Amino acid sequence: MIEIRNLSRLYDGLAVVDDVSLTVETGQLAVLVGTSGSGKTTLLRMINRLVQPSSGQVLIDGVDTATLPAHLLRRRIGYAIQGHGLFPHRSVAQNIATVPRLLGWPRRQIDARVDELLALFQLDPAAFRGRMPHQLSGGQAQRVGVARALAAKPDLLLMDEPFGALDPLIRAKAQDDLRQIQRQLGTTLILVTHDMTEAVDLGDRIAVMDGGKLLQYDAPARILTDPATPFVRDLIGTADRALRLLSLARVGDIAAPGQAEGPAIAPGASLRDALAECLWSGRDALPVEGGGIVTLNALRAKARPR
Amino acid sequence: MTGRILLGLAGLVLLAFLAAPSAFAPLFQPFTRNNAPAIYTQTSLLSLTLSHLAIVAVAVAASTLVGLVLAVLVTRGAGREFLPLARTVTAVGQTFPPVAVLALAVPVMGFGTGPTLVALFLYGLLPVFENALAGLTGQTAQVTEAARGMGLTPRQRLWQIDLPLSLPLLLAGMRLTAVISLGTATIGSTVAARTLGEVIIAGLLSSNTAFVLQGGLVVGILAVLIHQGFQALERRIRGRMGLA
Amino acid sequence: MLLSPPGVLFALIGTAGLALPLVQFKPNRIVTGEGIGLHALPLGLPLAAALCGLLLATCLGRWPAALRLAAAVSGFVTVILSLGLAASHLTPEGNTIARVSPASGFWLLLLAFGLMLADAVGRLRPSLAMRWLMLAAALGLVAAILASGLLDGVSVMREYASRRDLFGREAQAHLMLAFGSLGAALLVGIPAGIAIFQAPRWRGPVLGVLNILQTIPSLALFGIMIPVFGWVAASLPGAARLGVAGIGVFPALVALFLYSLLPVVSNTLAGLSGVPAATRDAALGLGMTRPQVLAQVLVPLALPVLLAAVRIVLVQNIGLAVIAGLIGGGGFGTFVFQGLNQTAMDLVLLGALPTIALALVAGIALDLLIQAAHRGTP
Repeated sequence: MIEIRNLSRLYDGLAVVDDVSLTVETGQLAVLVGTSGSGKTTLLRMINRLVQPSSGQVLIDGVDTATLPAHLLRRRIGYAIQGHGLFPHRSVAQNIATVPRLLGWPRRQIDARVDELLALFQLDPAAFRGRMPHQLSGGQAQRVGVARALAAKPDLLLMDEPFGALDPLIRAKAQDDLRQIQRQLGTTLILVTHDMTEAVDLGDRIAVMDGGKLLQYDAPARILTDPATPFVRDLIGTADRALRLLSLARVGDIAAPGQAEGPAIAPGASLRDALAECLWSGRDALPVEGGGIVTLNALRAKARPR
Repeated sequence: MTGRILLGLAGLVLLAFLAAPSAFAPLFQPFTRNNAPAIYTQTSLLSLTLSHLAIVAVAVAASTLVGLVLAVLVTRGAGREFLPLARTVTAVGQTFPPVAVLALAVPVMGFGTGPTLVALFLYGLLPVFENALAGLTGQTAQVTEAARGMGLTPRQRLWQIDLPLSLPLLLAGMRLTAVISLGTATIGSTVAARTLGEVIIAGLLSSNTAFVLQGGLVVGILAVLIHQGFQALERRIRGRMGLA
Repeated sequence: MLLSPPGVLFALIGTAGLALPLVQFKPNRIVTGEGIGLHALPLGLPLAAALCGLLLATCLGRWPAALRLAAAVSGFVTVILSLGLAASHLTPEGNTIARVSPASGFWLLLLAFGLMLADAVGRLRPSLAMRWLMLAAALGLVAAILASGLLDGVSVMREYASRRDLFGREAQAHLMLAFGSLGAALLVGIPAGIAIFQAPRWRGPVLGVLNILQTIPSLALFGIMIPVFGWVAASLPGAARLGVAGIGVFPALVALFLYSLLPVVSNTLAGLSGVPAATRDAALGLGMTRPQVLAQVLVPLALPVLLAAVRIVLVQNIGLAVIAGLIGGGGFGTFVFQGLNQTAMDLVLLGALPTIALALVAGIALDLLIQAAHRGTP
């Protein structure tokens, strides 16, 4: 569990992060979102003390991080940044092995871990181990960057705009993969982005920041249905928030008993997909694979704030 | 490819010439007058070449070591105070003519190999220092950030990231230094250093072009070989890092 | 921070300089003499105390850069004036054989205040105009000190006094060598650079040959030119009448010219290649002809890179021209090598100091020009 208590950072007397408190539960994925200059990156960098807080505390599982030497703290926390920051003079395997080597893992354990991570990120270990960073595509480099951050099995992973340098198609895939891997490993993850869609798609919790202040910290559905300030409402955009809300829930969650015509939809599909399918095929209800139906009325009810 | 063959050939010819200079006498004969000797025999050309190379090697090694240490010092900690000064001194220092530096070393060091070594060392410091500085300060923000974020201590960052990444630039500085030193060392013979300049100066004094040519050619071929050797090394390392 | 680390360094160098002999007194110009410290001179103690105070004061606390600059300049001038004072005091009246030359202490003090000066200028970040002004002021100051006669007793100035006319001639020869070879290299090198820019096939061979030319040691290239021009003068009718000869200024000039070609040609090429393709396309798209594109777009944009070549060549040639002294080509090298032959170090200084000063001024002035050109083309 990560607890941030009254954290502030001043530059020349100006607060870039102003008295922020929030808690991220173990295994949760929290997204810090805001415009540039909102203080979200500074907040993230104070967690691994790349930026020294002016005041306030960061507690990891109840331990104040200020009591640890900064470089030892950072070796326990995974860190991935936009454009991946891979070391150009080291192979993929050596890049991934950076922190385990710093921690003095035995050679064989490191090799095994590198292969395990490469496989996890769908990169063939035999082919990619020896490659240099400049021989990777943007998507591959990004995956290696995240693999490197996860190498020493950190309990906490920090990511600063990890998908910023990817084109949209690869980005969607990378986001899916990240979500899956994070669930699988149970790693607590804090991610910074300026993209509200990304925040809604990925986050268990979203922290909206502006001018160094934390405006709202809530589940995505609450942020969409109940924005705390006009700024939050502007940031989520009012035009398609009904659709975004639908994209948060799965078909399986609202399946009701009944019968319907036509091809079935997977229970893991989002309600947004279900709505699109209803409209496209002109049906009022869709059968769900494995039994039950989802109706247009039920979808409509889900698309409104309660 | 043809370039590499030519280089190899030049190297072989050089070795053959140094091993048995007298065999090349007919080649140099046309450049002599009044039956002057075609090949310099006062001192063995091989030993002069070795002494020349040794002086250059010592000077380049010393400049590299000192230049690199200085560059590391002025890029971290309290040394950063010296950074603006170091930049100015390097820029200004490089306008000092190497010959003048050599001449000024004589009053301090006397005649012989000493002043030549000192002049070559001092002059060679600047390119090495300048390039090492560029290498150490030229890391992308992302790499620095990633290294810090993963918990590398400043010392580990220096050894594992900054120094390896600045290697190509450092080698380029060493290449500049080596080539300049190789040429300037010949002038060292005017202050009695044992270099191939001795052959050239003997040729100048006795109006024997054959001597001038053979001294010049040996130094020239050495310079080309060293230049190309360094460049090949730089290319390999740059290629590994995916730099242009 | 209470102490300024660079200030401490300057103070260490400077105090070492104060402890060592300021000058060397020699009964004649060849023999080794005895070292004499600043404190042993009349007025020496207060001067030494003033310098010491200056050095200590600048290592304490954070002075504004302008104040540091003033301190450095006044220290610099004081050290030079002390040298003049020592010379006029130590030389017996009417004695023309005795020599008073600067010794290690003087050079260290000069180094300390020189570094202080460089540090102050670096921190001041003066504007372009300000730096021109500072260069002019420095030149004016040096000229004033030299003209004032305060240094006339110093050995180098005595060497100068005894060969005033020769010095003038060699200075002219040196400038002619450096600037003449530069001019010739620009005349040939810029068109050659443009040519290989437009005919990429020729880039490899041309640059390869020029590269190899550059690796020939200067001493050898100068030497090889002698028989070449001797042959030209002897076999080409009319060449000798034009002043072409195996010895003298011609071989040196051509050797320097050959060394200058590589920087000029390669920088011309680099400057032209550095202009973005989009800019060139835009110019063509606006209906400019190729010569117009070259003259109105490419050359102006490549100017800073070209000026950088001029700087490299000029600084390099001012230095290399010294070697002309070894083959009878004239220039300040004549004094350097004469001095080395006679082990008369004052004579070496008479050749080396103006060469260094010339290279320094040329380097700084061209740096300023390059910056001005960069401002024109951001």
